[in-house]
Amino acid sequence: MTAIEAVAATKPSPSRRLQWLTATVRDVSDETPRVRSLALDVPGWPGHRAGQHVDVRLTAEDGYQAQRSYSIASAPETPGVTLTVERIADGEISPYLAGEARAGDRFELRGPIGGYFVWAAALGGPLFLVAGGSGVVPLMAMLRHRAAAKSGLPATLLLSSRTAGDIIYGAELQRLAEQGSGLKVVHTLTRETPAGWQGFTRRIDRAMLDAVGFPPDAGARCFVCGPTPLVEAVARALRDLGHAPHLIKTERFGPTGLK
Amino acid sequence: MNTDRQADLTLDGNAAGGLLRELFAIDMTGAQITCGGCGAVAAVASVPDYGGIMGAILRCAHCDTAMLRITRTRAGLWLDMRGARVLFVAADIS
Repeated sequence: MTAIEAVAATKPSPSRRLQWLTATVRDVSDETPRVRSLALDVPGWPGHRAGQHVDVRLTAEDGYQAQRSYSIASAPETPGVTLTVERIADGEISPYLAGEARAGDRFELRGPIGGYFVWAAALGGPLFLVAGGSGVVPLMAMLRHRAAAKSGLPATLLLSSRTAGDIIYGAELQRLAEQGSGLKVVHTLTRETPAGWQGFTRRIDRAMLDAVGFPPDAGARCFVCGPTPLVEAVARALRDLGHAPHLIKTERFGPTGLK
Repeated sequence: MNTDRQADLTLDGNAAGGLLRELFAIDMTGAQITCGGCGAVAAVASVPDYGGIMGAILRCAHCDTAMLRITRTRAGLWLDMRGARVLFVAADIS
């Protein structure tokens, strides 16, 4: 063995290539009728940062493979990996993950992936998080990390959901906001509102961002995640309001039809 | 992120992160890409990805040039970067 090989052999992960790992479902819990969280045990998991995602690969008995990407919902401080998955009717993987998967099931996963849409308390704030529907998942990892790190950095989450029943993490968000750590959570409902609803009842727009967000000169780190039309409209409105473009980070998914 | 849609999928460079990690030794989502068509500069993560689930086609948000195309075949991965002028990886990228 040469000296260089000897050095390489002592490093815990000489290869930075992503390896497919085996994930075992530890627990499943429903967030809404269409959204489920899966707590996974992943031996060999190297750890992650809030905002990152994983690729999931399922293999059928005949060898057919399907692969998709899902955001990590859990804080880096929590052991294992929790995914929160919305069931998409014509999807190949989400009907299994968000419907049929049971404790003890196994599938393949690789990650963590992504070094752009990430936040850590050490990066500073304030933190302005804007999400549509299940776009809240990577932002929840940031808020869980913020809580685990006992960060008092001012943070605001603006979450757009279709109905009150579609709000993901509603109870946990309320609990986090009531801890007095400087987190504000604001909801808007776009389809249907319960009796006595006091919050917003429209799609996120510039006026709403201006009303609930930080002033542009506060230097807030903005993270926007959700369907493509929402993400593009919000990112544009934030720039128009004067937020610095390099502080606005986006992650989009969804149909092209509305573009 | 949930990429489990069969039709009409628009993602962005974030979703191509796993595929890019098969080609590059480091995370490329935070790298800056310069469009070969118009010269616009953007983070790889931030540009639209029209590749669907079979690969990646990262397009310039300004002029629609296909900057970076990745296709998986049985033989391996193909990367076509004719539409990209420069890829910049900052010294502190992880």
